[in-house]
Amino acid sequence: MTALLPPKARAASPAPSKRPRRAAGRHGSGLSRLGVQALLWVYAALAFGPLVLVLIGSFRPNADILREPVGLPDSLNFDNYARAWETASLSTYFVNSLTITVASVALCVTVSAMAAYALSRWRFRGRALLAALFISGLMIPAKLGLLPVFYMFQSWGLIDNRIGLVLLYAASGIPFSVFVIMGFMRGMPDELEEAARLDGCDEGRMFVSVVLPVMRPALAVATVFQFAPTWNDFFYPLVLMRSDDKYTVPVGLTRFFGEYAADRATLFAGLVIALVPLAVVFALATKHIISGLTAGMSK
Amino acid sequence: MRRRYRPDRTPLGWIAGFTLPALVLYGLLIVVPLVTAFYYGFFRWEGTKQAEFTGLGNYQEVLTRYPLGEQIPVALWHNVLFFVGTMAIQNTIGLGLAVMLYRNPRFKRFFQAVFSLPYLISPLIVGYIWSLLLSPSFGPINHILESVGLESWARPWLGEPDTALPVLILVNAWQWIGGPMLIFLAALGGIPRELEEAASLDGASAARAFWSVRFPLLMPAVGVITVLTFIGCFNIFDLVYALGGSDGGPGGAMDVLGLLYYRTAFEGGANAIGESSALAMMIFLVIFGVSIALERVLRRREVS
Repeated sequence: MTALLPPKARAASPAPSKRPRRAAGRHGSGLSRLGVQALLWVYAALAFGPLVLVLIGSFRPNADILREPVGLPDSLNFDNYARAWETASLSTYFVNSLTITVASVALCVTVSAMAAYALSRWRFRGRALLAALFISGLMIPAKLGLLPVFYMFQSWGLIDNRIGLVLLYAASGIPFSVFVIMGFMRGMPDELEEAARLDGCDEGRMFVSVVLPVMRPALAVATVFQFAPTWNDFFYPLVLMRSDDKYTVPVGLTRFFGEYAADRATLFAGLVIALVPLAVVFALATKHIISGLTAGMSK
Repeated sequence: MRRRYRPDRTPLGWIAGFTLPALVLYGLLIVVPLVTAFYYGFFRWEGTKQAEFTGLGNYQEVLTRYPLGEQIPVALWHNVLFFVGTMAIQNTIGLGLAVMLYRNPRFKRFFQAVFSLPYLISPLIVGYIWSLLLSPSFGPINHILESVGLESWARPWLGEPDTALPVLILVNAWQWIGGPMLIFLAALGGIPRELEEAASLDGASAARAFWSVRFPLLMPAVGVITVLTFIGCFNIFDLVYALGGSDGGPGGAMDVLGLLYYRTAFEGGANAIGESSALAMMIFLVIFGVSIALERVLRRREVS
């Protein structure tokens, strides 16, 4: 894993190759180009099709689905959604997940940004060791420490407590966030900070009013990449949460799937509800997602 | 040259204030538990009470005593098959898609987005989606197969030991294929076009130019993807849980190390803490050791 280029630099890098592309890149005949296009559309259908099937199913009455598994809904009716949201108490799980996710992402990105800034701009004894400690977390399967966490939480009264989950998620997101933000800072010139320093800013003020705005692209990547796994996580709440009204969406869904096993329509609607926040994040942040996935690839 | 920052001038208070929150959180909830799990593994436990020191006793017990002794090699083998299958299917198709998009950049952004869309969905939800789609009697997949005249192909995909693991590999690939595709695409974009042009001027066919010129330059990307795939495949839990429950599907055909750890720790007997901690450490050593070794080997190939 090498340095992460700031998105601007990466966006600029493919540009020089644009001109020769026409000449060199496309030496297939028109026919083979058409074939490639067709293959790409086929895979797009494979990637998207299952989600479409779920979406369509969520609008059909259950009896229809059992009679005819593939088919279009007669009308746009939201009965299934109402049932999943109210009766199956997905609303409770949804609010829990949203609160926990937002709080833990905010906590994680804040402490990571501070640490990453200190590690990339200040020199002090133990700096390299500390950076290595954070980054090595990328390779550590943190879930294997769950049992000790369980007993630790038990003695602090954090079992079946949403705050416990927030702290745990924030902690487990630190390695990736620190990695991304440090990589970003490495590529940023420090002139602004120096000017601020000459103007008499102290470290705290400079961080808040100069550094944070500059860091925004990296903070966005860290946020998106922390949001999805936290929203999606299943293992921690499965073990640490006890009461039904504190479940998050994934754990709630396992209960829901047991209870409504025969009611496909409600299950489909529940799955769609669980996917909505991620669809929103995806729509808002595709660019950041792509740059985050390729973080560390550019040399 | 004068260094612009006077390093030693940042007061210790600021350094502590900026690094301690992250360090405390990360140290207390990630590092300490792993170290503690290591420590727990050397003791016998009676319920939640720590009993006598047993050295490697728990390790020996986990590896030899029924039923764990027999389940561990099976689960490990499933993880290995899962890794190999994922490399062969997910990463090969990912490379193919990347090359196609690179050569044919029409609608590139759209395709990138669609292919990597499932990446964001929870593995648990992916598992539930596919178990509904693949369900034997009311699932759309079997229905589609029947309606195009392939009745003989329709089967309880997740209910038969022979098909369960391959289906797991495919469903997992469906979810993560965007990763290798984007990484390969970024790597392809970083290779100077002149190289391939030179090869084609020398009379090499397009395919040959790809395999002998471009592919070797993709080795760093292959390395990163291999390590990430390995870590992902050996950490898998949610998806298998959703597709086959905590026992790993029909006859344990999808039983993996993650499920085994979960069962030992939270559905285990009196000495659950000791045994599961020992198991956790062995899994940790396998994942950590192999990823470091893989990285070393692939780095070396990169240089030559």
